[in-house]
Amino acid sequence: MRITCPFCGERDLREFTCRGAAVERPAPGAGEAAWDAYLHLRDNPAGPSREYWQHTGGCRAWLVVSRDTLSHAVAGCRPASGHRRGGRP
Amino acid sequence: MSACFRAPAGGAPVRVAGKGLVERSRPLRFRFDGRWLSGFAGDTAASALLANGIRLVGRSFKYHRPRGLFAAGPEEPNALLTVGRGGAQTPNVRATVQEIYEGLDLRSQNRWPSLKHDLLAFNDLLAPFLAAGFYYKTFMWPRGFWERLYEPLIRRAAGLGRLSGAPAEGVYDTAWAHCDLLVIGAGAAGLAAALTAARAGADVILADENPRLGGRLLDEEEEIGGAPALEWVRAVEAELSALANVRILRRTTVTGAFDQGVFAALERSGLHLAEPGGVPLECFWRIVARGAVLCAGALERSVAFAGNDRPGVMLAGAVRAYLHRYGVAAGRRVAIFANSDDGWRTARDLQAAGIEVAALIDSRADSADRHRAGGDFPVFAGAVVCETRGRHALRRIRLRGPGLDRWLEADTLAVSGGWNPALDLSCHAGAHPLWNERIAAFVPCPGALEGMEVAGAAAGIFSTRGALKSGAYRAKLALERLGMKAPSFRLPDADDTRPSVVPLWHVPGPGRAWLDLQNDVTVKDLGLAAREGYGAVEHMKRYTTQGMAPDQGKSSNVTAIAVLARVSGRGIAETGTTTFRPPCSPVSIAAMGAHGRGRGFAPERFSPAHGAAQERGAPMAEAGLWFRPLYFPRPGETAWRQSCDREVTMVRTRVGICDLSPLGKIEVFGRDAARFLDFVHANRMSGLKVGRLRYGLMLREDGFVLDDGICARLGRDRFLLTTTTAGAEQVLAHLEFAAQVLCPEQDLRILPVTEQWAQLAIAGPHALAVVNSLLDRRIEPAEIPFMTWRRVALGGVPTRLFRVSFSGEFGFELAVPARYGDSLFRLALAQAETLGGGAFGMEALNVMRIEKGFPAHAEINGRTTADDLGLGHMLAADKEFIGRRMACREGLSESGRAQLVGLRPVGAVRTLSAGAGLFADGDAPRHEALQGHVTSAAYSPTLGHVIGLALLRNGRARHGETVRALDRLRGIDARCEVVAPVFFDPAGRRMRG
Repeated sequence: MRITCPFCGERDLREFTCRGAAVERPAPGAGEAAWDAYLHLRDNPAGPSREYWQHTGGCRAWLVVSRDTLSHAVAGCRPASGHRRGGRP
Repeated sequence: MSACFRAPAGGAPVRVAGKGLVERSRPLRFRFDGRWLSGFAGDTAASALLANGIRLVGRSFKYHRPRGLFAAGPEEPNALLTVGRGGAQTPNVRATVQEIYEGLDLRSQNRWPSLKHDLLAFNDLLAPFLAAGFYYKTFMWPRGFWERLYEPLIRRAAGLGRLSGAPAEGVYDTAWAHCDLLVIGAGAAGLAAALTAARAGADVILADENPRLGGRLLDEEEEIGGAPALEWVRAVEAELSALANVRILRRTTVTGAFDQGVFAALERSGLHLAEPGGVPLECFWRIVARGAVLCAGALERSVAFAGNDRPGVMLAGAVRAYLHRYGVAAGRRVAIFANSDDGWRTARDLQAAGIEVAALIDSRADSADRHRAGGDFPVFAGAVVCETRGRHALRRIRLRGPGLDRWLEADTLAVSGGWNPALDLSCHAGAHPLWNERIAAFVPCPGALEGMEVAGAAAGIFSTRGALKSGAYRAKLALERLGMKAPSFRLPDADDTRPSVVPLWHVPGPGRAWLDLQNDVTVKDLGLAAREGYGAVEHMKRYTTQGMAPDQGKSSNVTAIAVLARVSGRGIAETGTTTFRPPCSPVSIAAMGAHGRGRGFAPERFSPAHGAAQERGAPMAEAGLWFRPLYFPRPGETAWRQSCDREVTMVRTRVGICDLSPLGKIEVFGRDAARFLDFVHANRMSGLKVGRLRYGLMLREDGFVLDDGICARLGRDRFLLTTTTAGAEQVLAHLEFAAQVLCPEQDLRILPVTEQWAQLAIAGPHALAVVNSLLDRRIEPAEIPFMTWRRVALGGVPTRLFRVSFSGEFGFELAVPARYGDSLFRLALAQAETLGGGAFGMEALNVMRIEKGFPAHAEINGRTTADDLGLGHMLAADKEFIGRRMACREGLSESGRAQLVGLRPVGAVRTLSAGAGLFADGDAPRHEALQGHVTSAAYSPTLGHVIGLALLRNGRARHGETVRALDRLRGIDARCEVVAPVFFDPAGRRMRG
């Protein structure tokens, strides 16, 4: 698998580490259900998925990788910080 | 030596004068089953064996039937040989792929005592009982016998080559390559594709499994552009070789196609060399290609008829390959059995080379008329071969047709049942090929693999001209997708005859008609599979083993599918193929695991003081890839405990030096650094004053403890965190996630600096004396109170001095830039030794931290909460931090959880072990009664007895109670008193000084 890091360019899978589904951290005061869902409940999509990956063997940026679990096609990869680059978001 | 030019069995030479591409001026000697034979440079083991008149090359997998060469290429199912001996021994090498070199040592397999007199051939007489599924049905009872008796026996009788058991010798390599276009196969189509792409300026990799380019053109007599095809091949090769944007990988089989244009390929880079020297035997390539053209050609298939496995029955295309490429006559009197014009081609080629053609048996009734102009040999049109005779080699064949039933003498039978496109790679993403009725073959499904075009015979285009044209065209399409424009390709003249094939799969009749020669699968086995409910193609494969093993049924699968379709009353398209999975050709584990043998490329991290520790004979342990000294043995010490006990006492009474450089160190800086550290720590860090240190605790988002460490405030916006050695990488990724994903608005930088600093602990009553002997300016204890740090100078080197202790002893840590680490360690050690101290290692450090009840990885094991460790008070109530919400949840602080306690033995307890289960005194030690477990245990020389830390249910409320620690593996059954987890200096007077 190849992932195009927005900072380093196209690299092989083994430079990256996958964390899991790109789910949003709930607000501190969000109810028990929201926190339970954040920590424990995951979809197991057959098709498009969004995951957090870190370019551990490269720039160490945390990334959101959109890929298809059926075709393995990577549709996109953007910094998880949204706008600016890793280390200094 | 004298035997090296022995004439082939039977007398007359089988090399054909004026034929072949082998170098007759370079004879080579090699051994087969101990016998010296000769061949020429350019020969494969197969062609050289055949040239020496050797027909019998192996015994079959199950029935131990005599088998001979069947093919001339990598699809060979029979001629699997063992090359070399000892550590250089490689089993199951295809004779058709192995090039010969001087001294090559070949042995046949699966026979005993010899190839000609194989006692296990007895199995063949049992054939009526050994049909598909025999093992499943027979060796069912008694149950325990399968592993102990049946399987070892069957494995000995059945099988291929054996491993030597010795570690593999020779160099193996792996490599990466990147290109615009990967062209797989260098036959007519591949060369046209590569040329087109190369001229367009694309970066091209042309990979072919042969040692020379040309593909099938090497095996046939063809013309391109009015001249011999090989002249065209040479011209193309010269042009490609001269271009900087083309890389030609010879002897390289592309074995797998993966996601996003990643391909695996195996280069047999040194297996053809008598002395490879530094050249790797094999190189496993990972090729990243923006586009690919599959030009892998086609593989010929046979026809199933009784006795079609006898040595001497070969593929017709192989007979032509041996003739044209190697100048070897496959036999002296060759009969040909075909269902297409390939039969005629074979007959004419053989006759032109002066080899006797016994007969051409063409299953098509009308073929004789169309090819009247052919040659001078007997033709039996509309006839089939239905039986063969000959013990170790073919002697006679039986023909049957309208008004015909006779035996015919022949030592070789060239069979052609048509050609199957070599389309494996197009199916590795899960596509299934399509059945094409017109050419009676499966062809790749269009768009089967994203970015891959298929050309030439691999696409079912069998004529030379068609291959050239499609190769150029498909390359052009692939380049256009990459936004590149290919110049037009001037198509040279070449043969454009399309083969006319009338499918012929099986000649019915008595006797076993073989499909998969490598696995001994017959037509009858397929019928049995269908009758017993294993008629689906995937079930059939597993039930009969058709298409398994090294050759993966390359020359037999399609025939088997056709036969299965007939016996199960379906069409071929409906029956379909099994799933194609990589690798499509055998890949040695040694090549895939190159650089993984022994330590291979596994990283090793050495502290700056590593050399000094080694000089003192310190045994090492690995933690987080770091090598850390366990203890520093002194003369006369024979057991680790002696050294460890001495080191503990030394630190407690004198002074000790410990290298802490591998501890994880992370700097956090930025305007929001303090705010960020409040967020990632359970306790508050923002209140820490510059120059002070604080113990910090990090939780995971689920509320459990992630790691602990000391946080130093270096400046207003700058902090230094230490982590455990093994946890450093995990903590860094955690901090980076928190910074980038959870706090993207904060002004932060996170920098791992573990390698940048060498750090020493100097601990013990004389620690200050050692420190002062090193510093440029003496320091008074009052200048550096406990849990503070300051900048000092050491020989002019800027140094950080921390007043901190992990041993519970009065002590300091000194940090210098890593390049000074070695000399600092040596200097400090020399000073300590003058005061009766010395170095101490991880063992002593561990004992001392247990004495102090400091939790380490055994207690912070991912399942403990701050409260479990007695650190519940650290959780700040007035701020948000990672893990806060979940640390408060029900179950994480309720009573009944295991809590950290100390264990002090009651009575004479010699040892206590980490992992021992804890039971209430008097309870029967059953699993339901388990109360907790010992996490760390050690002998404390300070206290003079063993001590332990444990996680015990409701432990904090049970101090004074007696529990039983039970470790059945180590035979430990100890009664212990539950105590507070701090055994030594509970008030911390020593470390506070």
